[in-house]
Amino acid sequence: MATQIIGSTVKRREDPRLITGNGTYTDNMTLPRMAYLTILRSPHAHARIKKIDASKARAMPGVLAVYTGNDLKNGGVNPIPVGWVLPDIKIGPHYPLALDTARYTGDGIAAVVAIDRFTAQDALDLIDVDYEPLPVVVNAEKATQPGAPQLHPEAANNIAFYWKIGGGDVERALAEADGVIKQRLINQRLIPNAIEPRAALADYQPATGQLTLYNTNQNPHIIRLLLALVLGQPEHKLRIASPDVGGGFGSKIYLYADEVIACFASKQLGRPVKWTEERTENYKATIHGRDHVSDVQIAYKKDGTITGLKVKTYANQGAYLSVFAPLVPTFLYGPMLQGPYTIPNVFVEVYGTNTNTTPVDAYRGAGRPEATYLLERMVDLVALELKMDPADVRRKNIIPPFLNGVYQTCMAYAYDSGDYAGNLERALTNAGYVELRKQQAEARKQGKVVGIGISTYTEITGAAPAQVAASLGAAAALVESALVRVFPLGKVQVMTGSHAHGQGHETTFAQIVADQLGLEVEDVEVVHGDTDRIPYGAGTYGSRSQAVGGAAIYVATQRVIEKGKKLAAHMLEAAEADLVFEDGKYSVKGVPSKAVKFTDVALEAYWPRKVPADVELGLEATAVFNPSNFTFPDGTHVAMVEVDPDTGKVTITKYVCVDDVGKVINPMIVEGQIHGGIVQGVGQALWEGAVYDDNGQLLSGSMMDYALPIASYFPKFETSRNETPSPVNPLGAKGAGEAGTVASTAAVANAVMDALKPFGVKHIDMPLTSEKVWRAMNGKL
Amino acid sequence: MAQLQITVNGVAYQHEVEPRLLLAQYLRDVLGLTGTNIGCDTSQCGACTVLLDGVAVKSCTVLALQANGSQVTTIEALKTNGNYHPLQQAFWDNHGLQCGFCTSGMILTAVDLLKRNPNPTEEEIRRGIEGNICRCTGYQNIVKAIQAAAAQMR
Amino acid sequence: MIPPRFEYHAATSVMEAVGVLGQHKDAKILAGGHSILPAMKLRLAQPATLVDIGRIKELSRIIADANGTTIGAMTTHAMIAASNDIRQRLPALSKAAELIGDQQVRNRGTIGGSIAHADPAADYPAVLLALGAEMHAIQITGSRTIRASDFFVDLMTTALKSNELLVDVRIPALAPRSGSAYVKFPQPASRFALVGVCACVTLDDKGVCAKASIGITGACASARRATATESALLGKKLDAAIIQAAAAQAASGMDCLSDIHASAEYRAHLVTVMTARAIQAAVARVM
Ligand SMILES: Cc1cc2nc3c(=O)[nH]c(=O)nc-3n(C[C@H](O)[C@H](O)[C@H](O)COP(=O)(O)OP(=O)(O)OC[C@H]3O[C@@H](n4cnc5c(N)ncnc54)[C@H](O)[C@@H]3O)c2cc1C
Ligand code: FES
Ligand code: FES
Repeated sequence: MATQIIGSTVKRREDPRLITGNGTYTDNMTLPRMAYLTILRSPHAHARIKKIDASKARAMPGVLAVYTGNDLKNGGVNPIPVGWVLPDIKIGPHYPLALDTARYTGDGIAAVVAIDRFTAQDALDLIDVDYEPLPVVVNAEKATQPGAPQLHPEAANNIAFYWKIGGGDVERALAEADGVIKQRLINQRLIPNAIEPRAALADYQPATGQLTLYNTNQNPHIIRLLLALVLGQPEHKLRIASPDVGGGFGSKIYLYADEVIACFASKQLGRPVKWTEERTENYKATIHGRDHVSDVQIAYKKDGTITGLKVKTYANQGAYLSVFAPLVPTFLYGPMLQGPYTIPNVFVEVYGTNTNTTPVDAYRGAGRPEATYLLERMVDLVALELKMDPADVRRKNIIPPFLNGVYQTCMAYAYDSGDYAGNLERALTNAGYVELRKQQAEARKQGKVVGIGISTYTEITGAAPAQVAASLGAAAALVESALVRVFPLGKVQVMTGSHAHGQGHETTFAQIVADQLGLEVEDVEVVHGDTDRIPYGAGTYGSRSQAVGGAAIYVATQRVIEKGKKLAAHMLEAAEADLVFEDGKYSVKGVPSKAVKFTDVALEAYWPRKVPADVELGLEATAVFNPSNFTFPDGTHVAMVEVDPDTGKVTITKYVCVDDVGKVINPMIVEGQIHGGIVQGVGQALWEGAVYDDNGQLLSGSMMDYALPIASYFPKFETSRNETPSPVNPLGAKGAGEAGTVASTAAVANAVMDALKPFGVKHIDMPLTSEKVWRAMNGKL
Repeated sequence: MAQLQITVNGVAYQHEVEPRLLLAQYLRDVLGLTGTNIGCDTSQCGACTVLLDGVAVKSCTVLALQANGSQVTTIEALKTNGNYHPLQQAFWDNHGLQCGFCTSGMILTAVDLLKRNPNPTEEEIRRGIEGNICRCTGYQNIVKAIQAAAAQMR
Repeated sequence: MIPPRFEYHAATSVMEAVGVLGQHKDAKILAGGHSILPAMKLRLAQPATLVDIGRIKELSRIIADANGTTIGAMTTHAMIAASNDIRQRLPALSKAAELIGDQQVRNRGTIGGSIAHADPAADYPAVLLALGAEMHAIQITGSRTIRASDFFVDLMTTALKSNELLVDVRIPALAPRSGSAYVKFPQPASRFALVGVCACVTLDDKGVCAKASIGITGACASARRATATESALLGKKLDAAIIQAAAAQAASGMDCLSDIHASAEYRAHLVTVMTARAIQAAVARVM
């Protein structure tokens, strides 16, 4: 029984509260004397703030305070720091409310606190601001050109960082290749759209100096650290609680201006202050993702062998560097451009530039979808050029299986384990690839426009080996902690620094513990999202929860077992070394009848009868897991699409995938992660895109204009898995949260390009809207 | 201010409200029924869906006063006598939710859908939940859950 | 998310509603609220007074007689989509209602609200133009009938006066041997019509087109008829080639909208494609 809990489908324990409307999302919370915060944002993407007159707003009945940037600064509030510091990085300070210049339309100009939501909203209309509009730049490449408007004096030519990495000799590869393809690829800007907008409820107790922030956040401990620095609030008097969070996808990793202002206001006013984001506000004020412009060269031999890849990328960072922004287009992107292939020569250079747009940071996949899309498009272009089947080009270049070892790439990373080639074949077989190609040929004869796309990927998860991360620029260690506490009657609480906002940790983490201790899942309660209850944590992003957070729990549980063994030895009057722990019992090796149950040991730990006085009592253990390497999930996705020849509208007709996310704790949950990931990735391929006009106004400013995937846009996905355990952590887990998104964008984009092959179309940029596809088919690009 | 008389989950209420108070805000802020979520301000996401006189509506796009004299059912009332509604049970059984923020709205939309069409095809289900955006699940397990509940309820 | 302040009146009769409408400056009717409330939440609309007509029973009904169908202004999209009478007599209207937004929107939004709002991408206007509908409006001093062709004036602008209430829409019965159809190409985010086309054709006993009317929505500032296409169909047997050739003219003279969802050129193209499909479907429905 017990040993089967890991790897089996256990229904989620978080669901009973969520299906009955008892979720504890931040905006659901109400405290006595709670006031409401609203934020006036700049109508201009770039403007000097000449004067702010808030007198009418201040005079409005019910308004408790109006703050400006200078009020905050004079009140001791510091700029929001950047948590990933690359060498030579240029950081324009990001004050929670703009001081004298607004740099994007999400920039806060003033904040109102009032006794109710309505008053707080109405008062915004009474603040008069005198702006002097400044020239605007929204494009990451144009921002670097001479004469472009400058955002920060610190960053000349708006270049916040220049970064490069490489392996082998790419120039030689280009020179000696049979062929080189050059292509510009645009990876468009996306809006994360967690369905719960952000919210913050700050509660400062003047009598004790204790500040509590309830917040929609993926990593409360990191927020505590950052907030302590920004506010000067000592960290031992600062509690961050992230209760139920309605999705994150990266957008809720960072410390934002809004929660800083809520905390400041609560401290000033001595009463709780709540801020709830509106969706149209979210589109401006919450980070965006992607937004790369890349010039690519790929070198290949006649037989399809890829010999080199050279990439220059402009990565739009938006108006300010968000907390982890510099990490995303660098270490999560550049070294992953070798992908699942044996390409020996790669060079990548990246310009991270400031523009008058919403800051860009990690959004589901963060860097790896950009890398995978780029590489998979280029591989298909090689196939097109050589008139080879795209599957064959992949076969030619894919890394052979390395199940029990590492694969050293030509750049920084060494992949942990995998059967990339096998997964490619499995996916092609599951999709019936040969048959699909026949169907395609048949359909084309009938005038149909049908395409098949393949995306083979590997990505990087499990951040991070702390020392490696620190050497790469991490300002905070990304290890993970766990505390496993056994109560006298044998029930267990697990405190984890990971945070779940849909991933089901309360279930899978309980499975890990129950499995080892021989308990039922119901006996284990998982506590997350509260800095006062959990020793430390780095949170949830980058698909790290199982590989790092789960691993910490595993280790802590092992320590509990070891500790219990000492107690059991006394209870059984046997030597510790002679005991084994199995199925929830300590027993003497070879004498199964001489045994004591784990739950009895738990009682003994708190209520000693046989254990002598010098043995440490209590039964709990902590662990901090610092992995020896990252983990590298991989897989292959295959999509088939049909294009309406009259309108260009794309319909996905088939979707098949094989993913290796390492050892799976709960297949149902992993499958759900893959489904969700696929839809998000396909959203980028076909519909989604944040569009700014030249004045920096967000034209796709609401859900009316930003096309999110809905149920009727999809067929049923055929998912499957192939598990190669990661050697990096004791669970063998790699990471499942982003794989679907990393892979699916390129699969669908390649399928559409494949469909357009008879029209002589080689490449069009995403999103592949009906109009773009129609234009491509009709030579109207 | 105006008088509002409304029955929510079988309980009759009377409140003085501002005309601009939206039904969603009334349920959340006045009655404390926070199972109804708010995910957007342009009536797209469906997180706020409740049953108004038995049909699914987006409560962020209904004034509380428009519901004067009406019966409202929110997610909080779906479980009766300690038993989950078949849709709640099916969402749980089939992993039809991840973060759960869209779930109340999804389930109540599905209640309306199955009332009108007790035996929907997969395509009809996918179309039936077009007014509900889920960013987490990829919809596949939601569809599966609604199919399972439909079978159970027939 | 928080609308500006306004006065609220719940009218219990049509006369009470027009009374309030006439007395208050800047008063607006509140029907299903699914256009006006979203606009107010974003503070794009700020009416001083809302007159809620949701409680006026007689505004919410469908009456079908030998000569036509009368649909009360407060009839919801869902009621129209679910009506057997409408499905059988006016399948194009039934389809348009079924394709509006989503189920929740259809449960609240009304035909009166949709056409009074006159969103350039709304579905009904195409159908009402093609089917020759008449709008019945009332104010405190009397009532009048407005033909669909006179009703949709411009972007969000109709022939209704600010003190007038739209009471109902009357759609004449289709002539014998007629077919109607509505096809829509939705904008992927809002799912309003990027282009929507309603075609209504009448054939004589030899299968020759005796009457054709085509309404187009989404393409330009307000819905309009495709008169060139209509003329090109008249007197012809409607085979595929004739339909294609006629539909190719559907956008001629149209000043199509251009936005992030579609350029004017693409909208014009969609007009021709959707027009051909609508005519095909309408012809297939002729009995
Ligand atoms: C998410 C969403 C998706 C949608 N998708 C579509 C779609 O695909 N296609 C489509 O066509 N529509 C769509 N709509 C709009 C929807 O159909 C609205 O219901 C409709 O446009 C307005 O009807 P209403 O009853 O809600 O009107 P209200 O919002 O109440 O009123 C709209 C306007 O009309 C005026 N008005 C209303 N009734 C009368 C009357 N009887 N006399 C005089 N003036 C009146 C009001 O004063 C107001 O100015 C969508 C709406 C939403 C929220
Ligand atoms: S909150 Fe009502 S539809 Fe989004
Ligand atoms: S479960 Fe998170 S939005 Fe649906």
